[in-house]
Amino acid sequence: MTTDVAVEMITVVIDGFEVTVPKGTLIIRAAEKLGIQIPRFCDHPLLAPAGACRQCLVDVEINGRAFPKPQASCTIPVEPNMIVKTQLTSPVAEKAQKGIMELLLINHPLDCPVCDKGGECPLQNQAMSTGRSESRFTGVKRTFEKPINISSQVLLDRERCVLCARCTRFSEQIAGDPFITLNERGALQQVGIYEKDPFNSYFSGNTVQICPVGALTGASYRFRARPFDLVSTPTACEHCASGCALRTDVRRGKTLRRLAGDDASVNEEWNCDKGRWAFKYLSSKERVASPLVRGDDGELREASWPEAIARVASGLTGKRVGVLVGGRATVEDAYGYSKFARVTLGTNDIDFRSRPHTDEEAAFLASTAVNLKITYSDIDKADHVVLLNFEPEDESPIVFLRVYKQVRKRSLAVTTVAPFATRGSEKLNANVVSTFDQVTNLTEKSVVLVGERSAEVPGLLSAIAAHTTAKIAWIPRRSGERGALAAGALGNVLPGGRPVSDAEARIDIQSAWGVDSLPTEPGLSTSEILSSLNSEGGLDAVVVGGVDPADISAEALGQLLNTFVVSLEISHSAVTAIADVVLPVAAVTEKAGSFLDWEGRERSFEQAIEGALITSRSDVRILSMIADEMAKPISLPSVTSAKKELLSLGKWDGKSAAKPAQPKSAPVSVSGNEAILTSWRQLIDLGSLQAGEENLAGTARKAVAVISAKRAQSIGVANGDLVKISNERGSISIEAHVANISDEKVWLPRNSEGSQTIVTFGAAEGCLVTVVKA
Amino acid sequence: MSKLSPVLSAHWDEADSFTIDGYRRNGGYNAAKTALDMDADAVIQLVKDSGLRGRGGAGFPTGMKWGFIPQNDGKDHYLVVNADESEPGTCKDMPLLMANPHSLIEGIIIASYAIRANYAFIYLRGEVVHVYRRVQQAIQDAYAAGLLGKNINGKGFDLELVLHAGAGAYICGEETALLDSLEGFRGQPRLRPPFPAIAGLYARPTVVNNVESIASVPAIIANGVEWFQAMGTEKSKGFTLYSLSGHVKNPGQFEAPLGITLRELLEMAGGMRDGHELKFWTPGGSSTPMFTQEHLDVPLDYEGVGAAGSMLGTKALQIFDETTCVVRAVLRWTEFYKHESCGKCTPCREGTWWLVQALKELEAGRGTSADLDKLLDIVDNIAGRSFCALADGAASPIVSSMKHFRAEYQRHLDLGSCPFDPIASTLFAGVHS
Repeated sequence: MTTDVAVEMITVVIDGFEVTVPKGTLIIRAAEKLGIQIPRFCDHPLLAPAGACRQCLVDVEINGRAFPKPQASCTIPVEPNMIVKTQLTSPVAEKAQKGIMELLLINHPLDCPVCDKGGECPLQNQAMSTGRSESRFTGVKRTFEKPINISSQVLLDRERCVLCARCTRFSEQIAGDPFITLNERGALQQVGIYEKDPFNSYFSGNTVQICPVGALTGASYRFRARPFDLVSTPTACEHCASGCALRTDVRRGKTLRRLAGDDASVNEEWNCDKGRWAFKYLSSKERVASPLVRGDDGELREASWPEAIARVASGLTGKRVGVLVGGRATVEDAYGYSKFARVTLGTNDIDFRSRPHTDEEAAFLASTAVNLKITYSDIDKADHVVLLNFEPEDESPIVFLRVYKQVRKRSLAVTTVAPFATRGSEKLNANVVSTFDQVTNLTEKSVVLVGERSAEVPGLLSAIAAHTTAKIAWIPRRSGERGALAAGALGNVLPGGRPVSDAEARIDIQSAWGVDSLPTEPGLSTSEILSSLNSEGGLDAVVVGGVDPADISAEALGQLLNTFVVSLEISHSAVTAIADVVLPVAAVTEKAGSFLDWEGRERSFEQAIEGALITSRSDVRILSMIADEMAKPISLPSVTSAKKELLSLGKWDGKSAAKPAQPKSAPVSVSGNEAILTSWRQLIDLGSLQAGEENLAGTARKAVAVISAKRAQSIGVANGDLVKISNERGSISIEAHVANISDEKVWLPRNSEGSQTIVTFGAAEGCLVTVVKA
Repeated sequence: MSKLSPVLSAHWDEADSFTIDGYRRNGGYNAAKTALDMDADAVIQLVKDSGLRGRGGAGFPTGMKWGFIPQNDGKDHYLVVNADESEPGTCKDMPLLMANPHSLIEGIIIASYAIRANYAFIYLRGEVVHVYRRVQQAIQDAYAAGLLGKNINGKGFDLELVLHAGAGAYICGEETALLDSLEGFRGQPRLRPPFPAIAGLYARPTVVNNVESIASVPAIIANGVEWFQAMGTEKSKGFTLYSLSGHVKNPGQFEAPLGITLRELLEMAGGMRDGHELKFWTPGGSSTPMFTQEHLDVPLDYEGVGAAGSMLGTKALQIFDETTCVVRAVLRWTEFYKHESCGKCTPCREGTWWLVQALKELEAGRGTSADLDKLLDIVDNIAGRSFCALADGAASPIVSSMKHFRAEYQRHLDLGSCPFDPIASTLFAGVHS
């Protein structure tokens, strides 16, 4: 158990300078504090010491007794009365380091000019600082066939490898995916995979980043650029709500790669492969390059900004309009939508949820989620973590890494409320239960991580909202949801978490915005907005942000037909295809802004690419232009102004909105070949931001239907056989995977190749399907 | 009078020495009975008092090692016997296990009792299938006789003994690599601390001892500390197995008190092969710096050999006569180390790769005297820089041969080829000529 005990400090002398560090600090780290850089390869501050490369040898003496041989400074913690002499003051250490460097280079190829790592290579750099200018090795270098694919995304050039084992240790210690190991021995030792089991870890890209040489490279970046030609910008990841700090590397207006950024309190130094390798959508040919207006012939044509804006204004004026924000808006853009809906359109009919959702959830969000303050450090200190309808590996990978870290470090107890034990929950050694009621051992130090799919279980969020023992965190899957909630892009919440139903809260916002009144009725939800379109007395226009109708329901797209649709999009989509006006907006690298991660922590970023395409206009700026044209201005001409204004509104400190109080629904009973469908989205799937990433897609987990042994037997299938799953709308034929799942349930991936449940069955969770042998 | 002191090998000449009946006929398993009647701490103290030192090479006091195991810690303890004998020239444990496996099993019973281990393992080199089968049979017989298993001798002590066949890696003779291998992982040395006595096999307190060390324990229990101390020298007590191989008339194992000299051992082995004279030899396997004729009277105990600049090691005396090219011999050994380097650390992995190539050049007579200095400098960058002692062992033959025979290296370079006829050093020399 983590307790806040005062850490003992130890003073040591390194190269004649005293430094005081916490007990347990390694010599190499203590030296860093003095600005003394000891060369190293295998050492990594987040991995357990290996002492393998021997590059960091220094002379050590304790209590006047010197070690007879130089010691690896990456393996020895400081001790009282320790005197360390590095290469700067010890000729022995200096020669030892030079000797190791020479040995490391005898088998290393001189292909730096064509190596991805050239220019940012620790081996190159340290060969300059610690090596000799001419090799004394005149023999035959070790060679290997090169490169070999250890996954569709990661390539291995074995002859470049210095066998530091950073990659294998990362995979085992951090990701829990020991799919790569060291094989063979001596100079033929090499990183390898089991031949039938490629390196399909969700976190494999981190090994490319921490490889101190060019042995591991990413297929999509290989040979694309020299590091010194790249312009790097710190960014935040738009793929999920984990909140990773990233670095975006751009050359001549094109994003060439993204790396995990350092943020000790959030993602440490890691990210997931989706965050690293799904960015081709940014430079896709499908990007909308100019405003488009639907002509009388029914075809979209290019238009000028003034024409398009005028068309939008005339189309919305005097209409009842709904606003669908989408889950990936920045806080600033979401605030723009929020204010635009209330001020310009005079409605609360706004919703950021483009996924299955309920009114119960909206009440939970407005009353509970908006105020939550649980962070990653609560996970670090937790005595028990509960995953409630939440698969962290798939739905928020960095949360998975953090929980896994504590599981490894101190056997943190994990309970998962899930239909079956996934690979992720097996790694967490999680106790699997099927309902929240079955979770025991909750204390005030326990953390319940509530996944967004909890909304799909009637009554569950009401129970959570009423829960008083453990700490509650709500973890939406998408990066924009927590921010959109804070910005009030939901029918029952105004910015700062102010309940729409609260008159004082409305007056707060009214006065800040300088408007006479705000709509008082809570707005329609996403599905209500859609079904209200084209219905008698319902809405007759809709403003759609980054929304894929197929994420919401099978009917959503059809409901958008025959109504006035304004689409603010980065790429051509199902919505742009039917929209009356399409307005291109800036993608995440082309604008500044911020997300709130699941903790509610701000993850702000600057523009990484200037003027790459036709537009670098953020949604908020375009909405502001429309509002001006409609003579109901929102006065948010820039991201900065939106940010400033939202900040000035502050957080609601009045009475919270009413908590949801939905009863649990009676269990559905199934008979014969019927089953209750359950699903979630796998990390790597058909998500629109992963479009065009073939290498990444190759590492996706295979789509399978998970059924129980009893069901498998009753329908006569074995593991790997095809089953057909159907309801009245459609069917999916897919490989069966027999696992310890309830006999009543069948699990499918929600949006993977060969298994799209919403499109096929019209539902993602809880509906009845029939499972038979295909 | 012969200086031999056969204890472990006393009955090797009896046809059934390897059977449980043969062993018992000569008093076998009485020591285990005695030990199980003693207090466990008293057994440790007795072994400490005897001065028995590890016979696997390093010579660490065995009783002290046992004493490092924390007692009453509520954890399982393990005894692991290192039978991964693979140091070039070393051939003592395998003959011992072939001829007298029960001495090891009895030692295991006593040692496990002393350190309070209920599980013991023998990590045996996998290639020696005949030895594996013999030890397997011996273990079965011991179980059948109630000497292993539950409630041994009715004394309430339980011991399960597992025989594990290694997969043939020299590095697995290094105790932490052995433990990793025994756990089912790739055999590579572990970072220390923690030491095996604190977190060894399955992270539990573990004693790792050589076969001969453990097999020597029953005799000490049976005959007493004084009997044991009467043999050997001041700090190197008792008897041990010396293995002579190479250009001697009667190669084999010679059990003698510590401190005997090669001159005496050579006499017992019938001397060098006819018409030849000693050129160089290793006191304890190829990892120990080589000696020459001038070291014939060095006492072969831990201190004596150390004082003369080498290590007693495994007491594997590889004897080479004047027909042997020292450069070639060193090259062969170096090839062994290159092949056996586990690859974990840079100096050993890359260094042995380089050394083989460098030595091949020198043996072929290519190079200059500057290359000899370079060779020594490369070795200097390898020895004392590696993760475990394997690389130090690889450096030993090179450094010591250069010390004693630099002129011979130089002669290769001067001639532009090796001055030796490789056939002349073989056993079949002269057969076809």
